[in-house]
Amino acid sequence: MSQLSTRHLLGIKELSEADIQLVLETATNFKEVINRPIKKVPSLRDITIANIFFENSTRTRLSFELAEKRLSADVVNFSSSNSSVKKGETLVDTVNNILAMKVDMVVMRHASPGAPHFLSKYVPANVVNAGDGTHEHPTQALLDAFSMQEKLGDLKGKKIAIIGDILHSRVALSNIFCLQKLGAEVRVCGPVTLIPKYIESLGVKVELDLQKILNWCDVANVLRIQLERQQIKYFPSLREYSLYYGINKKMLDGLNKEIVVMHPGPINRGVELSSDAADSAHSIILDQVENGVAVRMAVLYLLAGAKG
Amino acid sequence: MQKRLVLDQQQIDITLKRFCYQLIENHDDFENTVFLGLQPRGTLLLDKIVALLKEISGIAVPSGYLDATFHRDDFRRRDFPLKANETKIDFLVEGKKVVLIDDVLYKGRSVRAAMDAMIAFGRPQKVELMVLVDRRLTRDYPILPDYYGLKVNTLDSQYVVVEWVAQGNPADAIWITEKVTS
Repeated sequence: MSQLSTRHLLGIKELSEADIQLVLETATNFKEVINRPIKKVPSLRDITIANIFFENSTRTRLSFELAEKRLSADVVNFSSSNSSVKKGETLVDTVNNILAMKVDMVVMRHASPGAPHFLSKYVPANVVNAGDGTHEHPTQALLDAFSMQEKLGDLKGKKIAIIGDILHSRVALSNIFCLQKLGAEVRVCGPVTLIPKYIESLGVKVELDLQKILNWCDVANVLRIQLERQQIKYFPSLREYSLYYGINKKMLDGLNKEIVVMHPGPINRGVELSSDAADSAHSIILDQVENGVAVRMAVLYLLAGAKG
Repeated sequence: MQKRLVLDQQQIDITLKRFCYQLIENHDDFENTVFLGLQPRGTLLLDKIVALLKEISGIAVPSGYLDATFHRDDFRRRDFPLKANETKIDFLVEGKKVVLIDDVLYKGRSVRAAMDAMIAFGRPQKVELMVLVDRRLTRDYPILPDYYGLKVNTLDSQYVVVEWVAQGNPADAIWITEKVTS
């Protein structure tokens, strides 16, 4: 199969295992492309893509923009801080006005869960979700899976731990959907206040003890504490959080096994990960960033490729 | 379905040997020469040429696989995008004499895309094209092979099928078949 079952990438939940595998296989080809002396292919040269970011982003926006430019697409960037959204324009109006300038694809980040799903019903362009509130961040999950596969091979039966602020994390939810579809076993770990109430209904076990989950897992995907989304106190202090759930190199070395440490960024060094752990041989954090461009190239290529 | 054999095992063996001697004539000691097999089907021919040339001359010419999927001119003009294959080139072609190798030359569009893809690895000194079969009446682009095994006159309603033992076929063979119309 060389075609996705969808014309939008809204979430991992809507993708089949075959879709995910197709993206990962295509990303392998694009990873080779971005390591060539000339890192550019002409596939999307007649496509214009709008990156619409209603929320802050450094990594994801740069990664999408690089992916688009390396596919030779024309790119326009939009952020809500200096736009007519401030003047009261609706989401659909804003996007339709951008599309009226002959834009073919929209990459959108929005603080409201479901915003890209809503948008996809009202605009004719392909929509790519670059993160919608606490809901999904599909390209992050795909690049995480790609990075894990690169390190460990087939993920069937592999043990993956997601550690940290699960409650506010769109990365956690997309990772859970993606890894389970690829046959991995997923557990989450964090303070009980940061674990969603019904997470076990997704087939995910909860572990509150960091040492136990590190002993169990092949991969520790460590998440940031999302203070910007926390309206109330979920734990007494960052120092206390770090003492209970912070990972350092001594802990990793003490496991006496191969363990892969990942983080979607931005890292709060000294909180969820110490500097020596983030920079250790266990860490593939910078590989994730490189792979992000290849995976996003694959997603854009596959979505843009379908005729009409 | 009509199926006509145009080259059998023995004829293919002779053709491959001829290719090797022609390459030796044109490239001397292959000091500055590299071979690129075009994905997906030119790579099998490439492997055979590389092995045979080593047997005949003792020279191992650097070779790689080139995939031109992302450089094709029919992206968004097909019902769905083509699946890419592996590009495996661990050298630059800057200043090199490159021999592009494919099994069948049909419209010339794949070769155009391949030359575009190749430029990502540097500016070659010279580029040559080797094909086993040249379908000479169906070209869309002004592209001609420097080395060819057989020129055939075919229609768009026909296929040229190249079978290799390495793919599980009983013998190496090249057939012309009619496309099935529903």
